[in-house]
Amino acid sequence: MLSIKNLNVHYGVIHALKDISLEVNEGEIVTLIGANGAGKTTTLRTISGLNKATSGEISLEGKDITNIAPPQRVKMGISQVPEGRRIFPEMSVLENLELGAFLRNDKAEIKKDIEKIYNRFPILGNRKRQTAGTLSGGEQQMLAMGRALMSRPRILLLDEPSMGLAPLLVREIFNIIKDINNTGTTILLVEQNASMALSIASRAYVIETGAIVISGTGEELAKSNEIQKAYLGGE
Amino acid sequence: MSEFLQQMVNGISLGSIYALIALGYTMVYGIIKLINFAHGDVYMIGAYIGFAATTYAQLGFFPALIISMAACAVLGVFVERIAYKPLRNSSRIAVLITAIGVSLLMEYVMMFFVGAEVRSYPKLLSERVFEIGNVYIKAQQLYIIATAIILMIVLQFIVHKTKTGKAMRAVSIDKDAAQLMGIKVDRTISFTFAIGSAFAGAAGVLVGIYYNSIDPLMGIMPGLKAFVAAVFGGIGSIPGAMIGGLGIGIMETLVSGYWNSMYRDAAVFAFLIIILILKPAGLLGKNTREKV
Repeated sequence: MLSIKNLNVHYGVIHALKDISLEVNEGEIVTLIGANGAGKTTTLRTISGLNKATSGEISLEGKDITNIAPPQRVKMGISQVPEGRRIFPEMSVLENLELGAFLRNDKAEIKKDIEKIYNRFPILGNRKRQTAGTLSGGEQQMLAMGRALMSRPRILLLDEPSMGLAPLLVREIFNIIKDINNTGTTILLVEQNASMALSIASRAYVIETGAIVISGTGEELAKSNEIQKAYLGGE
Repeated sequence: MSEFLQQMVNGISLGSIYALIALGYTMVYGIIKLINFAHGDVYMIGAYIGFAATTYAQLGFFPALIISMAACAVLGVFVERIAYKPLRNSSRIAVLITAIGVSLLMEYVMMFFVGAEVRSYPKLLSERVFEIGNVYIKAQQLYIIATAIILMIVLQFIVHKTKTGKAMRAVSIDKDAAQLMGIKVDRTISFTFAIGSAFAGAAGVLVGIYYNSIDPLMGIMPGLKAFVAAVFGGIGSIPGAMIGGLGIGIMETLVSGYWNSMYRDAAVFAFLIIILILKPAGLLGKNTREKV
C-alpha cells in the first residue's frame, strides 16, 4: 500500500535518512523502532510531506506522491499523529476533531464520525467544549488520534504515541491502536518503546543513524539477540 | 461632565478607525509573526481609492467603501505574494526590514502618481449634528462607529464560524499541524492579508470623510498608533485589537481635550513604553506557552 524506495533526506548538510526502503501492506501494523535521533520522525514527516525528500520515491497504492503537497496527501488517505501530539490547545476538543475533517464536505457523515470518536474515547465526549490545552497528556494523545481518524485515512502514521504517558495508559493506547487497525486502517507506528511496538506489529524495521539496519516480523525481532540488547534492555 | 462625554464620543469614533487598522496588524502578526509596517500605507491607498471612486466616478459612500475594501484586499495579497512569501523561511528581521521597504515604496510610488499635495474628499455623508444634552454627535461619527461595528461582527463570524476562519486559527497556532489537517497554509495566509487589508481600506475611506483630507504620507502616524493599539490589546488577539484601538482613540482625545493636542502623539507612544514595561503581552495577549 505504502512503499518507500531509496529515500534520502537532508537537513542542510546533515544526511538524515540514508537510502531508506520500506513497505507497508494493506491491513498491517508496521513499526519503525530506533533510538532518539535515528530518523524515525523524519521518515514520517517525509511521508506526510512536511519534509522534502532529496531523492528516492514514496508511493501510495502505486501512485508517486514524493513531490506533492501535504494537504493533497491527506486527501489521498494519509493521516499523521505527529510527535508531541500537536493538538490545537486554544481550541475546543470538538473544534480539533472538526479540523481533522477539514477536507471533507459530508456534514452528516462528519457528525457520525465525531460520535464514533466519542464512543471510542468517551472522555473526549465528556470534554467536547473544553479547550484542548486543558486535557491531560493521555487525553491529548487520544484527541490527536481521534483528530487524525476524522479524515478517514487509509493509512495512519503514529509518531511516538506512548511518549510521556504512564505505563497503564501506554497499554490502553496500544490496545486502541490494535482496535483501529482491526476496523480496517493500515498503521505505520514509530516508537521508542520497542517491546510494546513489537508486541502489536505484524512487521518491524529498525532504524539506526538514518539507515534501516534490520527488518522482519514483529515476533522475529522481539526474539533477536541484537534487538534484545539494543532496544529491549535484555542481556 | 458633558465635556467628558463629548470627548468620549470623539474618542470612540477615532478609536473605531484605529481598531479597524489594528485588526490587520494583529491578524497578520498572529499568522506569520510579522509586524507588517506597510499596513498603514494600505490604509492610505484605501483612502485614495475611495477618493477616486467618489470624485471621478461620482459613487456614493457604500459603493466607494466596498470598492476600496476589495482593491485593498487584492493589494494586500499582492504585497504578501511578492514581498513576504519568498522570505517565509528567512529570519524575522529580514521580513521586517522588507516590510519597512514596502511601506516606503508604497508611499513614494503613490506620491509619484498623485502628487504630494493634500486633497480634500467630497462631502459624502450627511453633515447633520445631533445634540443630546450638551453633547454633539455628528452623523459622520455614527457612520464610522456603525461601519466599524458591522465589520467587526463580520470578522468574528468569519473567524469562528467558517471553515476558512478555523483554518486561519489553526495556521496561527501550528502550521505543521494545520498542514496535516489538509489546510493549505499559503492560501490561508493570503486570505488573512486580504481581510486585514480590506479593513484598512475601509478605515482609509472613513478617515478621508471624517477629516476631509488625504495625502500620501497620511498612513504613517495612524499606522503606528494602530500598531500601539494592537500591542496594547495583546498582539495576535482579535478582541485585543478592538479594545486597544478604542483605548488609544479615547486616550488621544482626552489628552487633546484636557491637556494639549500637541501632546497627543507623545502620550500614545509614552503609553506604548509603559505597556512594554508593565505588561509586554498586552491586555489579552497570551504569555508565551512552553512546549510540553
